[in-house]
Amino acid sequence: METGFSQTSIVNYTFQFADVLAAWPLLLKGTWITVQLSLLATLLGLAVAIVCAWGKTSGPKPLRFVINAYIELIRNTPFLVQLFFFFFALPAIGLRWSPYTAALTAMVVNLGAYATEIIRAGIESIPKGQIEAGLALNLKAHQIFRLIILKPALRAIFPALTSQFILLMLSSAVVSVISADDLTSVAANLQSQTFRSFEIYIVVTLIYLALALSFSALFRLIQARALSYPDRR
Amino acid sequence: MRIFGTQDLWFIVQAAQWTVLLSLIAFVGGALVGLAVALARTSDNPLLQRIATAYIQLFQGTPLLMQLFLVFFGAPVLGLEISPWIAAGVALVLNTSAFLGEIWRGSIQAIPRGQWEAAEALGLHYAARMRKVVLPQAARIALPPTVGYMVQVIKGTSLAAIIGFTEVTRAGQIINNATFQPLIVFSVVGAIYFALCWPLSFWAGRIEQRQARALAR
Repeated sequence: METGFSQTSIVNYTFQFADVLAAWPLLLKGTWITVQLSLLATLLGLAVAIVCAWGKTSGPKPLRFVINAYIELIRNTPFLVQLFFFFFALPAIGLRWSPYTAALTAMVVNLGAYATEIIRAGIESIPKGQIEAGLALNLKAHQIFRLIILKPALRAIFPALTSQFILLMLSSAVVSVISADDLTSVAANLQSQTFRSFEIYIVVTLIYLALALSFSALFRLIQARALSYPDRR
Repeated sequence: MRIFGTQDLWFIVQAAQWTVLLSLIAFVGGALVGLAVALARTSDNPLLQRIATAYIQLFQGTPLLMQLFLVFFGAPVLGLEISPWIAAGVALVLNTSAFLGEIWRGSIQAIPRGQWEAAEALGLHYAARMRKVVLPQAARIALPPTVGYMVQVIKGTSLAAIIGFTEVTRAGQIINNATFQPLIVFSVVGAIYFALCWPLSFWAGRIEQRQARALAR
């Protein structure tokens, strides 16, 4: 990516945030695209992960091998390279798609690999005796699934899953290199119009920080309200 | 446009040395600063604690790419000439130090309180208590996540490509622009990262399993 930036040193620098703040509708739109990409990628990635977690724990051997290879491949290569692969390499074999779709696909594939391991750990965290205890208490099948498997499993994986979501949202800044209209892409466009790179990136960094802090506060609230048990003490 | 040949492959493979070097700088520098962050975070001084917590939150709550841009575009504002090399090095050291600081904080706090008290009862001062009692034990706990984090550091260096530092990813982009064979080029680039990262992931998994077995005994 070319940056319209000359390396002159300006010792007495005056910060000018006016141009940046005047562009708030663009920044807001970019913020929305970033959140939207992250939420969509997480939902679709979770669907991928649930299938893969099932395949990894109870699928046939060749399937397990393929799923393991997918997880290791994604976890041991940078997201930026995965993004380039989807954006440049797949169109070369005839798949044409927009930067947005390429970015979303790369994010889904990336999150899917990490979430598979998280979900697998969640399933394995439910002891068999717990399900048998439910049966002994004469609970119905749907009650056992909802109260004895799903809720404790969700409770166990929720913190890991939500921090993975925030990691994904932050690393999605990288999709700006293919101009996917996200927050960082907006920043890059503003920079080439106003040349106020430092101010722009300060503002955008603060937006990301606000997003990360509010989402983690929201997730903590959900954890406390919806996924906790009555206090025993 | 030309065909992807051995000299192109060699160009990308050679660029791996810059990825490795940048990773080492980030890791060593990040470890030094990270230790200070972890010690500040676990100290009894509330001011130091708060500063360390804010530092960790700032770097963990913002994209690495933004940190890189802020250093790259911010240094000239302070009157410093900066090359992509130095910008990438500084940003990666700061980022790594925050994550390692948080990992090591957890490891230090995992040492049972009785160990601290025993060291205190023996009349050891803070420095001796840390160096001789707490840190050696914390290091064992910290080893698997630290090795695992090295993988993140190596992957993070790919972002230096965006500010024009020619490591593996940037080398791939350059060759792709010349040959337009992205499928081969980015497979090669991915394979190089995999070759660097996978052994570390595998090692981290192994020591984690070994420690879990030792604990279960």
